[in-house]
Amino acid sequence: MTLFEEVPVTTTREIPVRRVQMRVNGETRAANIEPRLLLAHLLRNGLQLTGTHTGCDTTNCGACTVLFDGQPVKSCTMFAVQADGHEITTVEGLATASELHPIQEGFKDEHGLQCGFCTPGMMLSAKALLEENPNPTEDEVRWALSGNLCRCTGYQNIVKAVLWAAEKMRGYTPASDDAADGGGEA
Amino acid sequence: MFPSRFRYEAPSSLSEAVALLASHDDSKVLAGGQSLIPMMKLRFASPALLVDINNIPDLDQHDAQPDGGYRIGALVRHADLEKSTTLGEHQPTIAAAASLIADPIVRTRGTFVGSLCHADPQGDWASCMVALGGSIVAHGPNGRRTIPVDDFVAGPFQTVLASDEIAVEAVIPAANGSRKGGYLKLERRVGDFATAGVAVALEMSGSTVTNAGIGLTGVGSSTINAREAAAAIVGSPLGDDAINSAAEAAAAASSPRSDHRGSADYKRHVVATFVRRLLAQHQPTEAEVA
Repeated sequence: MTLFEEVPVTTTREIPVRRVQMRVNGETRAANIEPRLLLAHLLRNGLQLTGTHTGCDTTNCGACTVLFDGQPVKSCTMFAVQADGHEITTVEGLATASELHPIQEGFKDEHGLQCGFCTPGMMLSAKALLEENPNPTEDEVRWALSGNLCRCTGYQNIVKAVLWAAEKMRGYTPASDDAADGGGEA
Repeated sequence: MFPSRFRYEAPSSLSEAVALLASHDDSKVLAGGQSLIPMMKLRFASPALLVDINNIPDLDQHDAQPDGGYRIGALVRHADLEKSTTLGEHQPTIAAAASLIADPIVRTRGTFVGSLCHADPQGDWASCMVALGGSIVAHGPNGRRTIPVDDFVAGPFQTVLASDEIAVEAVIPAANGSRKGGYLKLERRVGDFATAGVAVALEMSGSTVTNAGIGLTGVGSSTINAREAAAAIVGSPLGDDAINSAAEAAAAASSPRSDHRGSADYKRHVVATFVRRLLAQHQPTEAEVA
């Protein structure tokens, strides 16, 4: 007899597993998951769609925003199992192989980001807004984005980026920042 | 962060849901989940069984009833109320509060009835329901019962719902005359709890107030039903004296704590100011007085 003898580990609690199937960025995906898996973790760790960021993890910051049947939700505040049979859009679903989404173009053109951490969530909230209201006022944009926190930009250029995208999506070519500044020497 | 393990069921009928809840003494209903899931992640709540009611049909409607009352189903999201084009004419207090709940992303998911069941002492909807004299309808194994909101909350984060009952709708009674009112909330930033909030619900016959309710948010250890303040304005048109009495009575009924949101005196002042502002909107015009 020694002072230490290793014994086999036994599990006393049964781990519930459920199969879920959902459309993610237009593709059907299926997985076996534990019900306590959060949607944000399914997307990031399970499906390797790391464009969805987890910021505060406490339902405050909106960085993890994705579209759930077209509506913005905080993916850290939904269980992945709840997405069974539903449609999810993440930031990876915005661009096509060859073209950026107008909202992405807007963020690029208007410098709507600095560190970029909040940007995916911002863009998805913006997408939901513009689908419902293609011609929003500045106030309406600020209102729609008020659940998404940014600690860098002061929001000014984010709002401009969304208004730029709205214009583009309505079929106009928005004036780019360079053109608006006059460009070149005076 | 992730919660402790639980079993998850998403039944497609109320009777199945109630049977599941009854099958386990540590079960919880999941509707919008915007309060429950954060609490589960922080492990303030760790139910063994989660019964998701999102697949149950017919709970997502809110509408005026033939008797003049108004019904809000258990799956009506804050955003449904915020975006409704007809709610304002029936329920101005609810319509005014809808866009002030949490933030736009939480509003797309969180539910009105779920907020009431969460029974956060700082919740905005409870003040509205207290002002309106509303009730919650609970569905259990032995049928339904209607619980007035004043009796519904048993304490912070506690309700009188039995473990096998589901709150299936909130009901607001018919008004004696026309329904007026509003909600004002002071918040430091979008999504914060109210520094102070005031819900006013009036029933008016012409310019005379026939019934009134005033609910206060964030200025006590629970939602406050400012009965004396409401009594001060019933029975006559809204004059300056009556409005001042109501504002003072509401400030006196509140018992705020000084904290990072403001001093107790400041919060009492905000309550009085909000009562004045909300009531002044329904003062008779000079033409009506003459």
